[in-house]
Parts: sequence; structure tokens; C-alpha cells
Amino acid sequence: MDPEVSEVRHTVQEALHTLSSSRDGIQISKALTSMKLYLNGVQNTVLPREREEFCKIYFSTFLRCLVNKLSPDWLELLPTGQLEELWDSFFLEGPADQAFLVLMESIIVIAGPSYRLMKMAQVLTKFLKMGRLAELMWEMCQQQVPRGSSLLQETLLNKVVCLPDHLSNQMKEQSPSLFFPQNYFPLLGEEIIQVLQRISDSLRGGLDCSISFLSQIVAKVCIHGRQKEILGVLVPRLMELTQADCIWQRLSWRLVESVPDRGMEAVVSGLIQEASEAKVLSQLLGNLVMKNKKAQFVVTRKFLLLQYRYPTEVLQNLLGYLALDSHRRTLLLQVLKDLLETWGSSSVVKHSPVEQQFYVSKAILICLSHLKESEIEHIREELLTSMMGGVQCHIESSLPQVRHLGMIVAETISSRIHSEGPHLKFQYEENKLTRELLSLVNLKPADASSPASGFPAVPASVIQPSSLSPEGKAHREEEKDKGSASDLDSDDEFVPYDMSRDKELKSTKAPVYIRDCLEALTTSEDVERWEVTLQVLESLIKRSPAATKEVSKELAKVLLHLEEKTSMEGFEMLRQRALVAVTVTDPIQVAQYLTSQFYAMNYSLRQRMDILDVLVLAAQELSSPKSLEEAKILGPSRPDIQLLPAPQTPSLNKVPSEDWRKIVEERIKNKTRRFGKGPSRTDTANGPNKFNSVVGYFFFPLIERFDRPLVTFDLLGDDSLVLGRLVHTVGILMYFAINTTAAVPMGKTLLEFVWALRFHTDAYVRQGLLYSISSVLWSVPAERLLGDLTDELLETRSWLAVVAENDPDEDCRKLAMQALLLMEKLKDKLQIVGS
Amino acid sequence: MACPPPPPQFVLRGAQSAVNTLHFSCSNKADGPPLLFSGSLSGLVHVWNLQTRRVDATLDGHAGQSVYWVKTLGDQHLLLSQGRDLKLCLWDLAEGRNAPVDSLSLDSVGFCKGSVLSEGTQGSWLLAVPGKGMDEVRVLDMPSKTSVCTLKPAAGAKAGMPMCLELWQPACGPCPLLLVGYEDGSLMLWNVAERRALSRLSCHQEPVMSLGFDPRKAKGLSGSSEKALRVWSLDEQQNLKVCRTQELTNPGIADIAIRPDGKIVATAGWDHRIRLFGWKQLKPLAVLDYHSAAVHCVAFSDAGRPSEQLLASGSKDQRISVWSVYNQP
Repeated sequence: MDPEVSEVRHTVQEALHTLSSSRDGIQISKALTSMKLYLNGVQNTVLPREREEFCKIYFSTFLRCLVNKLSPDWLELLPTGQLEELWDSFFLEGPADQAFLVLMESIIVIAGPSYRLMKMAQVLTKFLKMGRLAELMWEMCQQQVPRGSSLLQETLLNKVVCLPDHLSNQMKEQSPSLFFPQNYFPLLGEEIIQVLQRISDSLRGGLDCSISFLSQIVAKVCIHGRQKEILGVLVPRLMELTQADCIWQRLSWRLVESVPDRGMEAVVSGLIQEASEAKVLSQLLGNLVMKNKKAQFVVTRKFLLLQYRYPTEVLQNLLGYLALDSHRRTLLLQVLKDLLETWGSSSVVKHSPVEQQFYVSKAILICLSHLKESEIEHIREELLTSMMGGVQCHIESSLPQVRHLGMIVAETISSRIHSEGPHLKFQYEENKLTRELLSLVNLKPADASSPASGFPAVPASVIQPSSLSPEGKAHREEEKDKGSASDLDSDDEFVPYDMSRDKELKSTKAPVYIRDCLEALTTSEDVERWEVTLQVLESLIKRSPAATKEVSKELAKVLLHLEEKTSMEGFEMLRQRALVAVTVTDPIQVAQYLTSQFYAMNYSLRQRMDILDVLVLAAQELSSPKSLEEAKILGPSRPDIQLLPAPQTPSLNKVPSEDWRKIVEERIKNKTRRFGKGPSRTDTANGPNKFNSVVGYFFFPLIERFDRPLVTFDLLGDDSLVLGRLVHTVGILMYFAINTTAAVPMGKTLLEFVWALRFHTDAYVRQGLLYSISSVLWSVPAERLLGDLTDELLETRSWLAVVAENDPDEDCRKLAMQALLLMEKLKDKLQIVGS
Repeated sequence: MACPPPPPQFVLRGAQSAVNTLHFSCSNKADGPPLLFSGSLSGLVHVWNLQTRRVDATLDGHAGQSVYWVKTLGDQHLLLSQGRDLKLCLWDLAEGRNAPVDSLSLDSVGFCKGSVLSEGTQGSWLLAVPGKGMDEVRVLDMPSKTSVCTLKPAAGAKAGMPMCLELWQPACGPCPLLLVGYEDGSLMLWNVAERRALSRLSCHQEPVMSLGFDPRKAKGLSGSSEKALRVWSLDEQQNLKVCRTQELTNPGIADIAIRPDGKIVATAGWDHRIRLFGWKQLKPLAVLDYHSAAVHCVAFSDAGRPSEQLLASGSKDQRISVWSVYNQP
């Protein structure tokens, strides 16, 4: 055996012996000092080979021995903490990897809080603060991937990344704040930057280094879900450093490229979320998506098609990143095709949540804004085909948001395909969703990658905002107008009176008798007379119920078939009000007629939906305790067909706006205490419920024939929008039937109806069903519900539970929850009554 | 929400014929009660007492022909009335007299109301009336009836008949100016002393039916049978130019009145409605809907106190409605 080597061994053994047996401070100190010579002794006293041997073979054994000896009285063998200082120095000055491993190991094995644990944690804190982690990683980077040490590497990796977990497991709440993940990982990030700095220096010096250990650390941290902490430090620093320096640039690309496959997703998604703009992403990732399949999958599929939780900025960065480099633009085109395929698929439109469709639409719009004319030229045909398919299945949907998505995306595509000539133009009202989408249409990419790209102005951006809101534009002009006049010269001292009645003057006289109206509406060629007739019809009907009853059915027929001859203001509303007035005046006749016509041939869907609306409004008027005259003006019917004039069920927040005042007053009344003598006066209007005797004529004919398709009208097939409206309508009728004798059989029929349709694919229909259940629970007396409808109720309840949990549509889940809550309340009520 | 417009303060019935023109006379408290003069289609001039709200006197001097302009001179006693019998009558109503003291025969058969300028020397005043020729305007010195001048547009102007006149004295110059609205929709500004046209502005497609001018702001407005009001102004070079256009709901403006305090403008509409605007920016303030036929005339009272300012309108439905709006000081 080599004499020097054995000498080292001898010395170490001697020192270990001394340490284990001696209680003499001076002796121990001498032994330790002799050991220390191997670490940082002067060159000529210790041969380099000896030192290397010591570090490689004996150092960790020695450290373990030191740890074992650690106790308060042992450290006090020498005065003034000399021994403690000596003890610490071995950990802080020796090879970092071994020191770190021994520290961690011993911390992990210690059971429960103790002096030793505290001391070790203290040393570890010093270790971290002195930047020894950087030392450790630097050592690992220098080793030219020795095969045997991969185990060591793996262990180190584990310990470095899991340090906060281990420490907090051991120390519970006494753990120093440095070891909290939110502090530790940023520190680790700083250290990584330090190491990268050294690597770049050594690369400049011509030395080769491996960066893979760093990549592994980053990957593991990201896998553990600490992307924000570590990348929050790394990304801005790297951004700064890579800006000007190509070595740093390569270094950072290499750092991401060497991330092992299983960590790739975590790292890439972390970077995408952390990057503030597309350029940053491009600098950090380079062309990684072209080289690495996993990264490509994450960027092109997972982020766009499988997940939808990211904010719009992330989407913009991601797609901007793809657009910034000519190689990646092919990928951008591919992405657009994939997105369009998803967007245009009718099954996706039907089954995926609205939020996801919104997300995909946003991505499409951003993609389109990045594409150049020439690129669009190539895929024009494909764009056209997918747009045609997609817009059809969107517009078919009965959810207005989905329709809006289809319209806006189609408009944008068409304006990009044909930059000249007519574009598609849809009518949709402005709301939060459409505004957000349109803001994306008008978006210009921050800066195109090459100045030669010459991004063409999006034509839609010029046209759409102005065409969207003519009122807004007029308003702006008006403001400009005002701005020119000085404040002194204004007419503001006078408050204008109401001028809403300032309408165009009609020269024709309005008819005074119902029969005249009938004649005017059917035969009159005089447009003005026709318009005037329609305007006075409602009030005429209300004034002369007896005359109306004579011709009620004919009048309803005429009104139902009435078409808008001129572009008359408020035509729909006038017609609807007149129809409602007729129905209220002669409920049995007209309701029978209308319900029979609902299932008759040769009506448009619009007319059928009008029938439903009229029935609902008439039911509301009949069931309200106010007299007809008081209940008259119901406000303009809203154009949004989703908005049915819903009842004032507290469990549903669809309260018609006209009734808000009533609700507020009611609430104030409930919360106000009044003191007074004598019987309290009630001033609520009351009277017999006129709906009671006629409710059957409204309800049953509507519900009994839904499953018999006609040639032109198939409720269970394509016409699910009307089915949805029908379901809502019967739900509302059920609600208005509260306190009527027919409520129980109605509830039974309605629950059966709901049961038959419960797996309908259209979310709008399901919403209606859930609403209907709520109104059954609301309107049917609790005792009768349990007595007569027990089985149905149990079935319904289990279905509700499933919907509340699994339905893809958020509104459906909410409605189901509300219905379940109503059921719970019902149960409580019964228990109170029973006890 | 804005308040609904107020109802009329009171309504004067009994003219028994369409009311063509109105004129308030309330300034001299000492001389008597506030009066309202109205000229009707049947040729009668009614003198309404605004305190009793009844007719004080009925003047018959136009042989049953429609009276379309009445105006008091200086005080309440001198009254001018212009009728379709081609006569302009001067009445002295003091001490209950009710016969014309003087008359002037006119040559024009049109509907153009006259205009007077009574500022200046005591007892004499200028009167502008349509002249003999189709497109002429005659200016006379009254009561001497001597002709001052005849204003005739240049031969090629094709302005048509004068439709409305406004004679006024500018603050900065000695010579009176005359604004004339013509049949072709144009406005002309004449210098009466120099007998020449200063400016011409074509502001309507249809004949100018009415105009109002505010000398203090050098700004006026005019209406025609169109659906719009025009506001125009006069600059230092005496040029007319259009300031703005106010669109209306229904066509046809029969008369325009600017309140004496220069804050409010009222228009009489063929659509049975009176419209009120702020005079500064022509902000629409109110639409007063009372009459059941076309409104022929509007007039503001010349009362001193703001709270007593009245608005009267006469209509084809034979009623005169009196309104008290925007009177809070």
C-alpha cells in the first residue's frame, strides 16, 4: 500500500479515536486542527494527493463522527467557543456536496426537536447564507458526468430540492424562515444564476462545463410546483443577461433544453406563465418547440386545447412567441388549423364548457392577428371551409354566448380572407364577452420579428368598433360638439322636461272599435292606419273586454300571423302586448287556440316562441293580484331571447327589471320594525286568483305533444332552442300556478316530463328542466309533494345530485344546487311541522 | 327621469276662429291690467285682460278678412293690425275707443307680416311692409306715411316674395337694418338708409316661414316647412353665416319668438306642438303638447319680473294657451 495514503488513513483513524474517547479539550482541538490541515493547510505541509484522498474517502466519515459528538458540554470542553468554531468550519469549508449531504442526513435522522437539531439547522443556515449551495452546484457542473456518481447526483438533487420539506418535517413550526419555500427557492434561483455566471466565465476561458445538473434542479423544483418562486427570480435575471450576450443566450437555451423529459412540461408551462411578453419567451426558449416533442406538445396542444384556465395575456405571449421566428411560424399555422378544427367541431360546441370555447376563440383571434397576408393566402381555402362549418354549428346553439363567439370569429376570419370586398357582418349586442373578443381583433402584435414583414393593417379593426355602436359614436360627436362651446355659453341652467312623447305626427285617426281594428289589420292597405291601429289596440282591448270576447279568437289569429309591413318602431312589443291583452281578456278561448297552434303545421320557430312568450306574460298578469289596469305596462320586451320574463322566485336571480322596486320595498319592509297599536293595516292588493280556473288550458296542451315530430317541427331533434323555451315556459306556468288547485297534477306531469328529457344534450334545455323542478318544489304544497310525488321526488333528487356534480355547464350546476337547497328547506319545514 | 312638461297655466277660449297672431302688452302697470292682443281668421282683434282672463274688447276693422299681425306701439293705446283686406289699421284704444284712427293700404296680397322700429324720435317710427312689386319691401316713415325706400333684390336674384321681416337698430351704427326671409329659402340683410343688400344667406330649401333675431347676440334663427331650424349669426362685416342646424321631429315652423331676456326660444309647430329651446346652444328643453291643430303663433310677454314672464300660443283650434315655464329666477 502506498505509504502516504496509509499515512492519511493513520492520521484520520487517530483523530477519530481521539474524538470518540477523549474528554480533554486540548487534545481534541489538536486532533481537529490536524484534520483541518488537509482541508486548507499550506501547500507544502500537505501533498495535493493526500488532500484529494482525504476529501474523497474520509471526509464524510469524519463529519459523521463530528455530528455524533455534538452536545453542549462537549463543545464547552474548550472555553470561548473555540471548539464550536472549529466544528462549524469543517462543514462550511470542506467540500460542499459532502458537507451538505451529511448535514441533511443527520437532520433527517434526528427524532424530534433537540439541541443537536437546532445546532445543525443553525449550521445549515450559515451554509446557505455563505453561498455554499452555489459551490455545491458548481462542483457538480464541473464533473464531466462520471458514470458512478449519478447516484450521488440524484441524492444531492433530491436533498437540494426537498430541503424545505425535510426541514419543516423535522422542526415543525420552529423552522427558521429561510427554509420556507417562499424564501428558499428564490435563494436557490440566485445561486443558480451565480453558478451560471461561473459557467459562462469558464466557457469564455475555454473550459467545458455541464449544465445538466442545474437543469435538473430547475425541473425538479418546477415539478414540485414551485415554478413561481424559482422562475420569478430566474426569468428577469436571465432576461437581463441574455439581452446582449450570445454566450448567455446559448447558456439559457441550453439550460431549458437539458431539462429531462419528465420535467419539461412543468418548466415550459412555468416559463410561459412567468414571461411578461412574447419576446422574453422567445429569448428564453429559443426554438425549443421545434426540437423537443414534449415542449411542442405543451405549447401547441396542452396550453391551447386541453386547458383553458390561463389569462389572455398568457395566450398572447404564447402565440406571440410562435409568431416571432420564421421557423416557428409553420407551427403557428398548424396551431391555427388545430384550433379551427376544434372550434368548428359541432361535438365540441355541444359538449365542452362555454369558458373553454371562449378560450379557443380568443386563441384563434390572436393567431389571426399574427398572420401575414401572404400566409393567409396559402390557407385561404382551409380557413373558409372551417369557418363555414364552424359558424353554422355555433349559430345553431341555443346559448347566446356561443352564438356570439361564432359570429365574432367568423367575422374576423372573413375580413382576413377577403381584405377587400364585403365582409360577413352579424348583429349582436355589446357586452363584456364581445368587447373582450373585439379588443383582441383590433390588437396589433407588439412588434413583428423582422422589419420586412410589413404587417398589413387588419381591415376589421377599422370597421368594427365604429359599426358596433352607432349610439356610442353619436355620443362622442355630441361631446365634441359640446366641447367647442365655452362653459359660460351653455343652456345648462335649464333642466329639460321629458321629451319622449315627441313622436312623429300621424295624420290618420285611430280606430275606436275592436272590429275596426280587425278590419284595419287584415285588409287595410293604408300603412299609417295599420300602424296607428296597432298602437291603440292594447288599450282598446282593455277598455272593452266584452267586445273583445266576441272576436277574441279571430283577433288572436290575426295578431299571431301579423307580419311587420313597415319598419315600425316597437312592432314586436306592440303585437305582443296586444296578444297578451287578448289572452288575459278571454283566457280559455285564446289559450286553447294558442296552445293548439303551437304544435300546428306551418309556423315559423319565431311564431312558436312568440306563442310561448304570450302565454307566460298572460299567466303572469292573470295570477298577479293587481287588477288589470294596474298591471299593464310591462316595459319593452328585451331582444335577447334567452331572457324570459321570469317570475320573482327568490331562489332564482332572474328578476325582471320592472319588479326591482317592488322587491326592494319588500326587503325594506321585512327589515323595518314598526310599533303601533291596533290591527296592522294591509295595503296589498288582493282579489281572487284569476289564473286558478284557467291554468289547465295553458299548461296541459303545451306539455302533452312534445314528442310527436312534424315535418317542419321536431322538438326533440333540431329545434332544441324551441324545446328549451317550451321547458322554461312550462316551468314559469308552474310557478304561477302556486296556490291553485291544479298545482298538484301539474307538478306530477311536469316531473314526468323532466324525467323524460333529463339527458338532453343542449345545456339550455337542461337549464329549463332544472328551473322547472325548482318551480315544482316551490308551487306544490309540501305535504302533497311528499304524499303524492314521493317516487318522482327521490328520482329527481338523485339526478340533481349528479348534475350538480358533473354537468359541464356552469349554470346547470348552479341551478341544480339551488333545486337541491330548495329540497333541503322543504325537508326542514316538514320536520318542524311534524315535531 | 325628466319631469313631464307642465300643463298650460290657463287657456283663453272665445276667439271663435283660428288665432293667427298674438301680442302681449304688460309693461305699463300703471296704465291698466296686462293685456294680450290676438288677431283671428274671422277678421277680429280681441283684447284679452290677463287678470280676468276675459275679452275686454273686440275690434272689427278688417271687413271680416283674416288679421295676421297685431302690434302695439310705445304704450298700450296705439295698436297696429294688418289684415288680408290689404289694409294696415292704426287704433287708438284709450278711453274705450274701438274704431281705427288711421289706415294704410298695402299692395301685397301675401302673408308677410310687417315689422316696426319705434326707437328714435318721439312720435315717429319706421314700418316695413311688403311692397307693390312681387319681391319688394317698402319702408315707410310713420305716421306721416312717407316712403323711405323700396328694397328690391338685384334682378337675377330670384328671391321670390318676402315671407317675414325684422327691422332693427344695431347698437354700433345709426342706420336701421332689415332682415328679410324670402320665398326661395334665403335670408337677406338690408341697410335701410343706403338701400343696399349687405349679405345674403340661403339657409332653407323651402320658403322661410318665420325668423327671430336677437340684436344683442347678433344671432338669429329661422324656420321653414322643413324638419329643421337654422341658427345663423352676423359678424362684424355684416355677413350672415350659419351656426348650426337643429333637427325637428315634425316639419313646419309657423312662428318663432325669443324671450326678452334672451334665454329661451319658442317655436310654433305645424305638428300642434310648441317647442322650447335654450337660446345659447339651442338645447331642446321642452315640447308643450296641448293644441289639437297647428300652432300659428307664439309670443312672450314683456313683463319686467322673471317670475311673471308668460308664453302664449295661438292655434288653428281657436284656443290661446298661456304657459308659465322656466320662470324660476
